[in-house]
Amino acid sequence: MLSYLINGISLGSVYAIIALGYTMVYGIAKMLNFAHGDVIMIGGYMAFCSSSYLGWPPIICVLFSIVVCTVLGIIIEKLAYKPLRAASSLAVLITAIGVSYFLQNAALLIWSSNPKAFPNLINLPSLQIGGTQISAVALITIAACIVIMIVLTLFTNKTKMGKAMRAVSEDKGAAQLMGINVNGTISLTFAIGSGLAAIAGVLLCTAYPTLMPTTGAMPGIKAFTAAVFGGIGSIPGAMIGGILLGIIEIFAKAYISTQLSDAIVFAVLIIVLIVKPTGLLGKKIAEKV
Amino acid sequence: MKMISKKSLNGFINYGIIIVLFIIFQSLLSTKHLSSSLSGQLVPICAYVVMALSLNLVVGFSGELSLGHAGFMSIGAFAGVIASTALSGSVTSGGFRLLIAIIVGAIFAALAGVVIGIPVLRLRGDYLAIVTLAFGEIIKNVMNCMYIGVDSNGLHFSIQDANSMGMEPTGTIIVNGPMGALGIKKLSTFLAGTILILITLFIIQNLVNSRSGRAIAGIRDNRIAAEACGIQITKYKLMAFVVSAALAGSAGALYALNYSTVVPKKFDFNTSILVLVFVVLGGIGNLRGSIIAAIVLTVLPELLREFQDYRMLVYAIVLIVVMIVTNNEKASAFIKGIFNKKSKEVA
Repeated sequence: MLSYLINGISLGSVYAIIALGYTMVYGIAKMLNFAHGDVIMIGGYMAFCSSSYLGWPPIICVLFSIVVCTVLGIIIEKLAYKPLRAASSLAVLITAIGVSYFLQNAALLIWSSNPKAFPNLINLPSLQIGGTQISAVALITIAACIVIMIVLTLFTNKTKMGKAMRAVSEDKGAAQLMGINVNGTISLTFAIGSGLAAIAGVLLCTAYPTLMPTTGAMPGIKAFTAAVFGGIGSIPGAMIGGILLGIIEIFAKAYISTQLSDAIVFAVLIIVLIVKPTGLLGKKIAEKV
Repeated sequence: MKMISKKSLNGFINYGIIIVLFIIFQSLLSTKHLSSSLSGQLVPICAYVVMALSLNLVVGFSGELSLGHAGFMSIGAFAGVIASTALSGSVTSGGFRLLIAIIVGAIFAALAGVVIGIPVLRLRGDYLAIVTLAFGEIIKNVMNCMYIGVDSNGLHFSIQDANSMGMEPTGTIIVNGPMGALGIKKLSTFLAGTILILITLFIIQNLVNSRSGRAIAGIRDNRIAAEACGIQITKYKLMAFVVSAALAGSAGALYALNYSTVVPKKFDFNTSILVLVFVVLGGIGNLRGSIIAAIVLTVLPELLREFQDYRMLVYAIVLIVVMIVTNNEKASAFIKGIFNKKSKEVA
């Protein structure tokens, strides 16, 4: 029971970190970034390559993967999304899907479709608490999630850049008039989101060590529903949504049915949205008549 | 002389395009000028055209983003296959059985549309999109653990495995969990597909140009104003959603009966997205655009065959570039500038 709970929180933490990327980008650019899941996959491959082919120490591998994904995030934003700032949200959505296809197929060309065995970057013994074994990976994932949550909250609430970010997500035009560099702020958001995706990629692949070009797709969709679950655009919401989703998934797998676990996760999401149409922590949208 | 309105003229042009395309492809097919891979694609193209048209009804005319349209296709496909296999003894005519399968597929998908539409249409914008996505995934997931068989006592269902259905040994398994539907008799023809497209066009064009269609478009353009005019929002939204689901179901039945096996995984999120790409690239709310985009984008990967490994990469780049060119003022002005220069040089 306890081990299921820990596993659920650990999986949920990965979803939460991915969902943070979704929710921040949505908050500021008002777009569903479908390529986010594939940035996770790239992050995983980067850590895999630097560790397996170059033999770098684990910490350097993780940092390398974060740097590559951050740069990738900025490039994607500049090339694909920036020209569409004024376009309809559907056009941006389709472009994001195009980017997602591109990343997946590029990965397919570079690394082929054969699954790669992800190296164990976290080599620590598992912990014993009252007869239940808890793997170090799970604990590190949860710890990473908490640290990221605290740092991000402090960043958006206390720093000037965080303030600019909140201002841009509230009203782009007004923010620009106040002298905020809107494009720079949006790029920064993408950079942070993609960096988080890299961390999530490494954690995900350490927990489930098979790496394929489609690795990021399903966690991406689930993290996206987690972001919606908690109320999209809200950072604590993404966190709570992600962790709840992870717990529900693990418990559904353990007690109901392995095959139907995804269906159960999505069914819970639908019920939540029917009761609270803007998610758990979402803002109520006031409507002008 | 009676004047034909511009709208109905537009509609007739659409029928004309489909019929002309059918004649062209059919003559190419009979004179063996069509490559084997392309002639195998004819029925799927028809199914995708119907899917794109039906999704356009929701995205274009009702203004709701649906990311789970493949779910309806899946329900239609499996309902159609079950109907066709179960009736293979009693209805001998293949064409008639295909008709029944398509109707059964449409009915079941429409029922799913009602069940899904009632909660979904309460939501708005991206939340609605995500719930349709969730429903699509649920349908795929549930289909993945469905076991359905038929024997002389009728249909048997199970969600555990094929043996727990309790069938007679002579019974046949129609849907075998993740393996999907096996041993399907191929019934779909290019002609049937074309007729289905024409029927779909007829239904959608008549719906859009009717009083109900204007109500649907009114809700899309301004929900509050429409409500103030006494239009029942839920009723009309649900109408568009259910009609669209039924058409998607019929497309699914057509699609499934073109192959000998169909797996539930085929109708996943990627298929929903693929159809959405047809709709958006063809122009939201533009039926002719949907038809052309569905045909071109299904044929394009075939034409890119010489790039081999790179073809999906090229497809992705084409997608991004087209979206940027058509939606960015600077880029479209740049392209127009190039073409203007050329036409001046010619002159």
